[in-house]
Formats: sequence, C-alpha cells, structure tokens
Amino acid sequence: MFEAIAFYLFAFLTITMFYIAVTSSQALYALSSLAAGMIFIWAFFFILGADFLGAVQIVVYSGAVMALYAFGMMFFDTTRDVKEKQGNKAIILGLSILSAILLIAIVSAPIVGNNIEALYPIGDAGNVQEVGKVLFTKYLVPFEVAAVMLLVAMVAGIVLAGKKMDLSLTLMNEAEILMMKEEDKNKKALS
Amino acid sequence: MMEIGLNHYLVLSTILFAIGLVGVMRRKNLLMLFFATEILLNSVNISFAAISHYYGDLTGQMFAFFVIAIAASEVAVGLGLLILWHKKHNNIDLDNMSTMRG
Repeated sequence: MFEAIAFYLFAFLTITMFYIAVTSSQALYALSSLAAGMIFIWAFFFILGADFLGAVQIVVYSGAVMALYAFGMMFFDTTRDVKEKQGNKAIILGLSILSAILLIAIVSAPIVGNNIEALYPIGDAGNVQEVGKVLFTKYLVPFEVAAVMLLVAMVAGIVLAGKKMDLSLTLMNEAEILMMKEEDKNKKALS
Repeated sequence: MMEIGLNHYLVLSTILFAIGLVGVMRRKNLLMLFFATEILLNSVNISFAAISHYYGDLTGQMFAFFVIAIAASEVAVGLGLLILWHKKHNNIDLDNMSTMRG
C-alpha cells in the first residue's frame, strides 16, 4: 500500500522534473529541475532495497555532478533563452521508431527472463555488506578500472579547464617564469 | 494496481528514457544536451535496480554503480572541453560544431 503510494508519487515527481529539464528555455530552471529529479530518483532505490545505490546516487549526482554543472554554467551566458533546434525529420522519425522498439523490448523483457537464476543472490546481511562482498570479489577488476577511469577524467578536467595548462613550470627557468608573470600583469592592466 | 511489480518500474524507466531522447533531439545548446544524457543514464539505473530487486540478484546494482562512475567522468571531461570551446568561440551551440575546421 505505502509502497504503491510512494512509487506513484515519486514517479509523478521525477517525470515532471525531467520533463521541465528538457523543455525549459531557461538554463537555470533546467539545472534546478534536473537536480530535483536526480534526488527524487533516490526514492526508487530505497523502495527497491538498494540502500547503498541510493546513497551513492545522492552523493554523486546531487553532490558532485550538480556542483560541476553549476560551476560550468558560471562560464556560459545563461541569462538569455536557449534556442531550440528545428530538427531533421529523418532523425526524429528514426529516434521515435527506436524508442517504440525499446518500449516493447523493455516491457517484454520479464517474459523472456522468467527462467533467470540469480548468480549472486541477495543474502541476509545488509545491502551495503552484500554489495561490498560482490564488488570486491567478482567485480574487483572492473572496480579498479573504474577507479583509473575516474583518475584520468579528473586529470583531463583539470588540464582542460585550467589556465596555462599547456606550460610546464618545472621545465622553465626563473627568468622565463618572471617574464610570464610580467606579461600577465600587463594584460590585466590593459583590460 | 496497488501491487508494484517489475513492469511498473520498467515502464517508468522507459518514460524517463523517452523524455531523455526527446531532450537529445530538440536541444541545441550543448550544456542542455548533457542534461538530457544524464536523464538517459538515470533511467537505465532505475531499471537495473528494479531487475536486481525482482530477480534477487546483485549484478544489476553493480552495473548501476559503474554507470554512475561513467556518468561522473563524462561530465568532468565534457565540461572541460565545453569550457575550452566557449573560450575559443564564445558560444556552445551545436550548429557551429557541425563542420570540422582546424
């Protein structure tokens, strides 16, 4: 009973929030409704008993990703309206057919998957413990690869967004560094 | 109606995925396009968690974790590139990126 109420309430909320996120012409509204939708999705994970996934969803999406987007939006002109694409008919037709096929495939998936046997059955221990057991045994290598990927993404983000990242201070001698600083000062004074 | 089954979650996930696809189709601003891809990734996460719950198997949740990790790194790299493009061309509309010039 309560599960049903919670499901329908949060389904309505997430669909509304994501709909606003893709249709709003104001970038700020889109960002805040996307953040709200991300937070509401956490409710489904808790209803489904995936507690750790829900916590990660809040931490990663509403914490890290939203902060990154908010930070990125400071660089762009977000006050003017976002222009919409008029659209290529063929692409729209293709994607509509794709999503229709997807709908049928997704909804009929449980019928096909009726005789699936659980490889890693959920045990009696709490969700976090069970996740830890499977993550650090069977999925250890993908976990490490994901860690390396996050490191690479962090370095790439710093190098791409930082200033003067094409210069290496360790390879320059003192005179060159001083000259660079002088140039910066001159530029600031001019602007 | 009152008993929530796997199909309910799958239908919800499909609706969210369709919303994300609509966003990808109609957005011209690249930042807004990123928002739509986040919606796509999240809708898939819901169906992973639901299948994991209804089949009593933890593999779905594992995949959802990796999807979240990929989404986080995609945002970091994508925003870095977007800031570079914005510094160079002073806008982030998709139409200006349709041709590759040096």
